[in-house]
Amino acid sequence: MTCAQLVELVTAFLEGTLDSETERRFVEHLAICEGCEIYLDQIRRSIDEVGRLRAESLSEETRDRLLDAFRNFPRDS
Amino acid sequence: MSRTPSSAGFVHYLRVVVTPLPPDEVLLAALRAGDEEVFARLLDGWSASMLRLARSFVSTAASAEEVVQDTWLAVFQGIGRFEGRSSLKTWVYRILVNTARKRGVREQRTVPWASLSTDDGPTVDQSRFRGPEDPYPDGWLTFPKIWPSTESEVLAREVRGVVAAALEGLPARQRVVLTLRDIDGQSADEVCSLLEISTANQRVLLHRARAAVRSHLEQYYAATTGGAS
Ligand SMILES: [Zn+2]
Repeated sequence: MTCAQLVELVTAFLEGTLDSETERRFVEHLAICEGCEIYLDQIRRSIDEVGRLRAESLSEETRDRLLDAFRNFPRDS
Repeated sequence: MSRTPSSAGFVHYLRVVVTPLPPDEVLLAALRAGDEEVFARLLDGWSASMLRLARSFVSTAASAEEVVQDTWLAVFQGIGRFEGRSSLKTWVYRILVNTARKRGVREQRTVPWASLSTDDGPTVDQSRFRGPEDPYPDGWLTFPKIWPSTESEVLAREVRGVVAAALEGLPARQRVVLTLRDIDGQSADEVCSLLEISTANQRVLLHRARAAVRSHLEQYYAATTGGAS
């Protein structure tokens, strides 16, 4: 496995969807290649950073309107 | 319609600590019984990712907010009929996707989910690797630079800005998958069933999106640490 091939497999590796033979070669490469180790680490860092993002929240107005709608929604019992 | 300046139109980068929600049976019973506290927790816990998801289909933030609102109204209406074949969250998000899609069509901003045109090509610039005549073909020419830690609050905020911009710049399909997987923490299976895409397709979209974010961060760190490579 080359470095150029490995970088395209990192997501499959992290998802645990590589077949066992490919996974073995992936791990073997990783063990001897600092560049790919750094790359994989940077992908993990990227995932963490994305996880820190929060989308904008609902406006108070919409939130209140929905709470109101929930309160007043006709229910059977 | 006037909007509250404190909450509309701003992106909050807060790490929200959310206590885990009770299991679906409990949630469902509470929603059906009109338990406002439980509903408020769902609303606060899910709205951010629902907004982002909606935003991938419609053209404005205001439009996305209406999609989220219409979704909840549809949820109130349908909750009595929900049979629990999927998780409650998947069911709600599926209503959201349908609502957003319809609206996106009206706004002529459709996302071609079914499109077979896969995003292909390498995700790392090929000039980073050695050529075929090299003793180590396709090996790194120079290793990626190790990134500094982001302990300082100022740096951390800047990094979040870079990541937010990277996310915003992704093609819609990649953005949606990345949002659902890495912001919202949904599983690969959930995302596939929600978006009706194959496992392989989901993985390709996620992979490309993550690689793009990494590449943005790499450029940012190279620029801020003097760019020595
Ligand atoms: Zn390597």
